[in-house]
Amino acid sequence: MLKINNLHASVEGKEILRGINLEVNPGEVHAIMGPNGSGKSTLASVIAGNEDFEMTEGSITMENEEITDLPPEERAHKGIFLSFQYPVEIPGVTVTNFMKTSINESRRAQGLEEMPANEMLKKIREKSELLEIDRKFLSRSLNEGFSGGEKKRNEIFQMAMLEPKLAILDETDSGLDIDALRVVANGVNKLKNKDNAVVLITHYQRLLQYIIPDFVHVILDGKIVKSGGKELAFELEDKGYDWVKQEVAV
Amino acid sequence: MELKDKLISSFMAFENRVDIDHPVHDIRTEAIKVFEEKGFPSKKDELWKYTSLNTLLKNNYSVFPKDEPGLEFKDVKKYFIHDIDSYKIVFIDGIYSSHLSQTSHEGLDACLMSSALNKPKYRTVIEKYFNKIAKKDDSLTSLNTAFSREGAFIHIPKGKVVEKPIQIIHFATGNEASLMLQPRSLVIVEENAQVQIIERHQSTTENAVFTNSVTEIFVHERAIADYYKIQNDKQSASLIDNTYIAQEKNSHASVHTFSIGGKLTRNNLQFLHKGEYINSTLKGITIIEGKQHVDHSTLVHHSEPNCESHQDYKGIYADKSTGVFNGRIIVEKEAQKTNGFQQSNNILIDDKATINAKPQLEIFADDVKCSHGCTIGQLDDEALFYLQTRGIPEKEARALLMYAFANNVLESVKIPEVKIRINKLIAMKLGVNIGFDL
Repeated sequence: MLKINNLHASVEGKEILRGINLEVNPGEVHAIMGPNGSGKSTLASVIAGNEDFEMTEGSITMENEEITDLPPEERAHKGIFLSFQYPVEIPGVTVTNFMKTSINESRRAQGLEEMPANEMLKKIREKSELLEIDRKFLSRSLNEGFSGGEKKRNEIFQMAMLEPKLAILDETDSGLDIDALRVVANGVNKLKNKDNAVVLITHYQRLLQYIIPDFVHVILDGKIVKSGGKELAFELEDKGYDWVKQEVAV
Repeated sequence: MELKDKLISSFMAFENRVDIDHPVHDIRTEAIKVFEEKGFPSKKDELWKYTSLNTLLKNNYSVFPKDEPGLEFKDVKKYFIHDIDSYKIVFIDGIYSSHLSQTSHEGLDACLMSSALNKPKYRTVIEKYFNKIAKKDDSLTSLNTAFSREGAFIHIPKGKVVEKPIQIIHFATGNEASLMLQPRSLVIVEENAQVQIIERHQSTTENAVFTNSVTEIFVHERAIADYYKIQNDKQSASLIDNTYIAQEKNSHASVHTFSIGGKLTRNNLQFLHKGEYINSTLKGITIIEGKQHVDHSTLVHHSEPNCESHQDYKGIYADKSTGVFNGRIIVEKEAQKTNGFQQSNNILIDDKATINAKPQLEIFADDVKCSHGCTIGQLDDEALFYLQTRGIPEKEARALLMYAFANNVLESVKIPEVKIRINKLIAMKLGVNIGFDL
């Protein structure tokens, strides 16, 4: 589904990603782990199309189509979703109105009619129940005054509404207490099926106890230096990243 | 001939059309003298520093349209808020249109200034209210006063809560290559009465129109008056709107101004307080582009204790458009416990767009709460990216952010159909087809 080949990206002339290779297939869950500043979040932003980062080399294809020149919305229309590490507060746009606009713009891009209002409301109700989101919450301004946990839950609610083929969850576990983590993880697991894929970007293996990855990749200094199965996450938890660093050095 | 001279010489011709024995005619005669002395305002006037009328004044306007103009309802329906029952006072090229209007004398007067000026039964009301709060030394107001003959006359008696809004629409048909209009309206809301008024100036062609409008509004004790101005005229039309509001104790008055269209729009909006516990609301959304110019010049004159005023203006300026916000609050020594709030927030979309914002607070009382805030900024790129990652294209994402920036002004709009209409006009203005419903 997603193929990243020799991806280099820099911000203000400083190279952050230095040759990333990654292949994600339908039905798979990948975890990308690494210490702070290793390039994890940059990778997520570049896949989603953030123009703050300049892609200097390599390619990203989604379902065999090059997406590097596409704006973020067209990547979204191809089924890529990014759950933000720091979701942006947008006063004046309610969660519900945002979701309606988002879904209808995606449908318009696919040549579909707007989603009928009753269908939209039904979907909003279903998905908010899945994420245990209070109805009152939906008429509030997007992320404005939300707690850290509420923001993350809202990100996964948006994912549930948009039903992406590829969801990239950037540090979704940070700032969550254990109950919120369970709700979020449960939501992601319920949305998971054989046709879609999830990329979890995380610092800790805590989330991986709830969402079990098929593959774990370790990113260091802008490169994936080690890949393995889920046991790699536990090994990292025990030994820390220094162990991988030493191994790479050797 | 310069427009000023043309207008002064037209005054004699105008006198042939009105009753010169009416007491109002003395007021007109005084007013033309003020205009003759002062002329049109120039950039030398402090309050006109950022708004130049020079280009407007070059047109050879006709002052009295020659032909009897006509418009069919089906052609102009879109300019009405037509999905609600309402009274309608409609003018075409300055002349009352009976077939587009729906006036009333039952339980209230929603009719014509010309009737109020001509009919003896209105004489005492006219003598009591006409030109009592319009600024007598203001040149444009005086010019309007000199030519005052037609406009809306609205008189809501004591205790009457008017269920239907009143729409006032001034159409310009373009029958003349360029036309100057000077509508004069008077609104009186007696004790405990309530009324909602929607006003619009609209050209139906691209021919030049220059409107210099004066409205006096009297809001008596415990009365409520809500006024909505929809300014979405053609690019060839310019408007100078002079609105004067006098409030008695415990009254509420609000003016919402939606400035989206037009070439040059100047809103002179003044609130005078004549009692305690008065509430005044002044709100506006301005979204302009190209070389459009919108100038809000407001004044809330707090002269009594325990009153409050709220000013909230949002502006979005694209291309080479220019905006002015000149917001004044005066708090007299007697006006203790005044709560005066003023906010002007602006977004400049392009490098060449300009906003001149000048809050002026003159406070002579010592126990007051007054605040003002003025911001000028750009759209947030991070927010834009966030919306785009959710499949919302850049243009629509920008529009959504702009709407979000301005929409708190709409919260206090009490007529849902007006709110819906403004949402649609904003979407059209921003070139998007998204529902901004909340």
